[in-house]
Amino acid sequence: MTEVDANTGEQIVFWVSATLAVAGALGMVLSRKAVHSALWVALTMINLAILYVANSAPFLGMVQVIVYTGAVMMLFLFVLMVVGVDSSDSLIETIKGQRLAGILFGLGMAVLLIWTIGHGLTGATTVGLDAANAADGGNVQGIANLIFTRYLLVFELTSALLITAAMGAMVLAHRDRWRPAPTQRDLAIARVRGGGHPGNLPVPGSYARHNAVDTPAILPDGSTSDISVPAPVRARADERQLDRVDIDEVREITEGRSE
Amino acid sequence: MNPSNYVVLATVLFSIGAVGVLVRRNAIVVFMSIELMLNAANLAFVAFSRMNGNLDGQTVAFFVMVVAAAEVVVGLAIIVTIFRTRRSASIDEPNLLKY
Repeated sequence: MTEVDANTGEQIVFWVSATLAVAGALGMVLSRKAVHSALWVALTMINLAILYVANSAPFLGMVQVIVYTGAVMMLFLFVLMVVGVDSSDSLIETIKGQRLAGILFGLGMAVLLIWTIGHGLTGATTVGLDAANAADGGNVQGIANLIFTRYLLVFELTSALLITAAMGAMVLAHRDRWRPAPTQRDLAIARVRGGGHPGNLPVPGSYARHNAVDTPAILPDGSTSDISVPAPVRARADERQLDRVDIDEVREITEGRSE
Repeated sequence: MNPSNYVVLATVLFSIGAVGVLVRRNAIVVFMSIELMLNAANLAFVAFSRMNGNLDGQTVAFFVMVVAAAEVVVGLAIIVTIFRTRRSASIDEPNLLKY
């Protein structure tokens, strides 16, 4: 592949991925629901991984996919499930005009940063990473060489940081148990003393013409049992009223048997 | 292709993240905005690494990722703890701590 081809290829990758990354970032800020925000950020991070690879940083691209899109964003989604998906933003502004001021601040900062950095970067020459990547036999080997020599102390401190973070998360997420956990015996005693129906509820009636769950069972004295119909059906008043004939037949049968 | 394009993209993403931190109320979305800002800084590091022709920038970006992962773990644990006591993930609620 010639130099020109590689350049146009990278330009296509850049413009597609950059557009998608900015779209993801905007979607994150603008979407009302937190889950949608998390998915937009995942899109941005995948596109950033592609841009890393395009910038001759394949190791960082892979780490970006694994650590950010794989671990961090899924952790975000997990916490969203714990906290509640429905917790959308409140639209009440506690500080008047804060939203407009925030947007203006962001625009101003973008303009200022692009202007100053663009000013500083005009005329800057690009060395390229081909020589640096090839020096140690590859990008991964080059980064490993730096981590385990020049940045060894930082690397060791990083391990201390990770252990501390794990400990902190455990301490923060730990919930003290104020009373001992109820045993099976305690649960059984509570159920019997609760005054409700301690055993299984009677099953719905099953007859020649009706055997659906909305059909109440007939008790030995001929009356129908309300609790045999499931509570949701009862709440909707959907339970089927048995024909008087059925009950009378049952009464005849039971009385005839007793005689 | 000139790597300064990547730096401009990084500044745009960083600004969007800053706006998200300022505008949004849900603590988790604010956290995601912070992650976006860290990622933008990483992209700038990678672009600068390519411009300067050495791998130090990529190494620093790697360490930024590690710190960001640790930060997410602790921050989300704090959010869960606050949610457990206050039943809310809004960042307007913890201002009651000052009373």
